[in-house]
Amino acid sequence: MTDDTIEKTAPVTRAPAPAPAPRPARLWRGATPWLFLLAPLALLLTFTYAPIANMVAYSFTDWDGVSPELHYTGAENYGELFTRSDLFEVFWVSGYYLAASVVQIVAALYFATILSFNVRFRNFFKGVLFFPYLINGVAIGFVFLYFFQDGGTLDSVLSLFGVETDRAWLGTPESANTSLAAVSVWRYLGLNFVLFLGAIQSIPGELYEAAELDGANRWHQFRHIIAPGIKPVLSLTVILSISGSLAVFEIPYIMTGGATGTETFVIQTVKLAFQFNKTGLASAAAVVLLLIVLAVTWVQRRLVPDDRVDLV
Amino acid sequence: MTRRTVARTLVYVSLIAATAVILLPLAAVVLTSLKSEREMANGSGALALPDDLLNLSNYATAFQDGRMLSAFANTAVILLFAIGGTVLIGSMTAYAIDRFTFRFKKLVVALFLVAALVPGVTTQVATFQIVDSFGMFDSLWAPIVLYMGTDIVSIYIFLQFVRSIPVSLDEAARLDGANAFTIYRRIIFPLLKPAIATVVIVKGITTYNDFYIPFLYMPSEDLGVISTSLFRFKGPFGAHWETISAGAVLVILPTLIVFLFLQRFVYNGFMKGASR
Repeated sequence: MTDDTIEKTAPVTRAPAPAPAPRPARLWRGATPWLFLLAPLALLLTFTYAPIANMVAYSFTDWDGVSPELHYTGAENYGELFTRSDLFEVFWVSGYYLAASVVQIVAALYFATILSFNVRFRNFFKGVLFFPYLINGVAIGFVFLYFFQDGGTLDSVLSLFGVETDRAWLGTPESANTSLAAVSVWRYLGLNFVLFLGAIQSIPGELYEAAELDGANRWHQFRHIIAPGIKPVLSLTVILSISGSLAVFEIPYIMTGGATGTETFVIQTVKLAFQFNKTGLASAAAVVLLLIVLAVTWVQRRLVPDDRVDLV
Repeated sequence: MTRRTVARTLVYVSLIAATAVILLPLAAVVLTSLKSEREMANGSGALALPDDLLNLSNYATAFQDGRMLSAFANTAVILLFAIGGTVLIGSMTAYAIDRFTFRFKKLVVALFLVAALVPGVTTQVATFQIVDSFGMFDSLWAPIVLYMGTDIVSIYIFLQFVRSIPVSLDEAARLDGANAFTIYRRIIFPLLKPAIATVVIVKGITTYNDFYIPFLYMPSEDLGVISTSLFRFKGPFGAHWETISAGAVLVILPTLIVFLFLQRFVYNGFMKGASR
């Protein structure tokens, strides 16, 4: 809000243009912004754009990442990626994480809604829900390896309720992927929750009061006040969840190393590039992932024009 | 009225259930970290209380054999340089973009905008070759430079803040003969303190927690940061869950302390960072 007023008054204060400076001074002024941008742009180009360009170039070769020799192979890598079923299968693993993010978003919405009303120990619950998001991924991996271990936390809790299981939770692909996706819900729920809570709390309180006077119940309030108010954040969250589900790496890599059918697309790419020295093929895989993520973002921007993304 | 009480009870039940789901896995690890090897062997279950609540010998093992001390030192060095660099680079970029009109400004802004959409994990295949060609592979410089150079979120945070600083302040200083650098250093930078606090916290926590970059770029054991050193516990301590647990608790504890003391900044920072 304060931004707006300043934005509006800014041109007025800027308007009286400084008297035309002598030539060397004017040149100097033209160069000033570039001096500030020198280091940032150099880093941006070297470590973001140059890799993208190289990656696209590598993806059309059979380079192994070390030898000085490389051959142009056309679209062969892409062909291999889409026709070799073992390479393409890993995409289905993302389905588990996608399903998990639906659960995650619904739960985050629920908790954000109830905690936006007056609840005792609100700050405590808010803190507990958010904290997992701050924890180191390796630590989370170990916490849950122990959790799912034979005779670990989960089995102990279940036996408290009289349920005896002999199940190896990370033993079969279905069970392992479900468990890992559940860990990812545990880890990321807090961020979604806090984003939703912030959006809900920025809705003016009078709206609820007016609605209550009109006899609206909690569900009506959610449906007609909260839901429209959080739409931009919700669409952002959906996008982050989709691209996040495609780019899962840490939790499965740390916990299972990609064994028992838990290998994700990124794990496979990393293995191709750094274990099997197939830089060309790995680059093609990375390009595909990048294109998918960009496409998803583009679709979201088209569907929900987000007026808050105004950099200039 | 009864329906309301039922609804209220259900709300609390769900909150308590969620709290249990979140805290139980962590509590089990804390309990395990205090148990001796003998207690672990007798199979009393993960939730049994340790015999001696002050048994810190596993922590000593984690520190000595797990090289956690040098891991914390390496992490501290990386944090210092990466955060310092990010603050300087982010604030300079924001100042240049907001306060100057220059040719290709739209292009520059677009470059930063699009970079924010590129997921870092995908490009590492090729980034690796570039880092390697600079001779930075397997040195602390690789993560420092990568954290510094590819952080678009903090540029956004600084940009929002620079905008809110009135231009009249710059103008007044310019009339007093200050040049652009003096204005940046004496006026803009000091006024950015709240934004700097936000960036330091967000960047600090994400850097501290990052696993991917140190794992790829610093394979040698002397260069372990907390993530990679903890990850290496998997080998030597394989079945020694009491030591692994102690290591995990050691890594989580600093985060918990920062969170408890700086809650407000942490929430704010991550909200701004995510919804840029």
